Amino acid sequence: MNQTEVFEQVVGILRPFVRAPEALEAVASNTTILGDLKVNSARLVDVVLEMEDAFGISITDDEADGVRCVGDAVSLVLAKR
Amino acid sequence: MKARRVVVTGVGVLAPSAHGIEDFVAALRGMKSGVRHQPKLEALGFGCQVAGVPQGVDELRHSYLGEDELMAMNPNMVYAAIAAIDAWEDGGLKRPALDADAPDWESGAILGTGIGGIDTIAEKLAPRVDAGRVGRLGSTMVEQIMSSGNSARVAGLLGLGNQVSTNSSACTTGTEAVIQAFERIRTGRAERMLAGGSEGSSPYIWAGFDGMKVLSRASNHEPARASRPLSASAAGFVPGSGAGVLLLESLESALLRGARIHAEVLSGALSCGGHRGGGSMTAPNPEGVRRCIRAAVDEAGIAAEEVGAINGHLTATFADPHEVRSWSAALALPPERMPWIQSTKSLIGHALGAAGGIECAAAVLQLAHGFVHGTANCEDLHPELARYARRIPGETLDAPDLDVVAKASFGFGDVNGCVIFRRFHPTPSRRSR
Repeated sequence: MNQTEVFEQVVGILRPFVRAPEALEAVASNTTILGDLKVNSARLVDVVLEMEDAFGISITDDEADGVRCVGDAVSLVLAKR
Repeated sequence: MKARRVVVTGVGVLAPSAHGIEDFVAALRGMKSGVRHQPKLEALGFGCQVAGVPQGVDELRHSYLGEDELMAMNPNMVYAAIAAIDAWEDGGLKRPALDADAPDWESGAILGTGIGGIDTIAEKLAPRVDAGRVGRLGSTMVEQIMSSGNSARVAGLLGLGNQVSTNSSACTTGTEAVIQAFERIRTGRAERMLAGGSEGSSPYIWAGFDGMKVLSRASNHEPARASRPLSASAAGFVPGSGAGVLLLESLESALLRGARIHAEVLSGALSCGGHRGGGSMTAPNPEGVRRCIRAAVDEAGIAAEEVGAINGHLTATFADPHEVRSWSAALALPPERMPWIQSTKSLIGHALGAAGGIECAAAVLQLAHGFVHGTANCEDLHPELARYARRIPGETLDAPDLDVVAKASFGFGDVNGCVIFRRFHPTPSRRSR
């Protein structure tokens, strides 16, 4: 799975949590999850669980805390695989 | 503090027989049953295999709620949200933008539930905790299992800034919510309150009642005939679900907005029989019931004869004849001079914490539309009620002059609630003159 494919899959995981659909139209690596996509911060726990399931990886709390933008999530997945 | 008049300016109802005012009025008029066979209950070996469940909600919910909201909502919360939004919009109010700066400080909600999110606990929380997988619970458990999950969600959807809470008093819940919201507006603490109740649809919600053997087991293959309040063949209640919500509003606010007024709330009374005098956790103390009804009628400032119809609790258990006698004693009216008596549960089953909300909606809509729906399945009237036979219509009656409806709910814990609705007259009732 290359970077583009991981990016697409991460965006797919985020999609139902996004409260700013217009920001999703122009999503890029530096799009922030809380600020731009307006995902409720409480829901980051669910995003991490879905990423673990989707990519077959385990993400620690510290690693999850380091994810700010979509690109951070993609890098984390690529580093774990 | 000067008591203010309180009116109903919006109605939202998601019932087993219909969704929305127009369809619900038609369903009541046509005595449409919302009770259906439930294959899941049969598969699980329930004694009662029928129930009232709102239809089409899987599709409907997407037109009311976003994906991120639905991920954190069980049926109880979805039902409450749909009925609350409907009541709000029926009242001529708009849903505010999610990023609006300030809430509406003058609007609140009291939305009750009897059992709450036990389906979420049973299906998701308990299995994962027992398997040592707390880390897999995600973020959405608490808001679905906290008792106030239904009202809390509605507060966010509608930007409510006044009191927002969930009451719970078993099967009195929805009616109690209406009475508490009425009091809040009457005493000037809010201008608008969404009030009512909701209950989800789940074997986990109904199992305890089936285990008590208080549910109907006799008509599993005739669902529409299973809920038989007031009949000689009443064999327990049929579980129901859904939500009923009224938008209550101060008369001043309603007039200022030019809102359409469905009815006025004249009074409401709450009591408990204290598990004394024949009352218990599961049976009503008749004196408690009578005091509650009497207090509501007295506070309304009306004569007992002015009550045109009673929307009773009337669940199809042993208590129905006792309830009717209590109404007669409380109103001090002999059987032949009693108001019309009806049971909405004969059509939709007993929606537990939602029952009072849905049935208050039924009471208000019958006043506004001038009819009294018939009670189904009581063609074999209970022999102890023979003297009341003429006051218990088996078919729907046109009642263009219907002016006052008394609605009562009674619940486990020996709790009672009675609310008096009147068609809106610009001239004040005696109480507020």
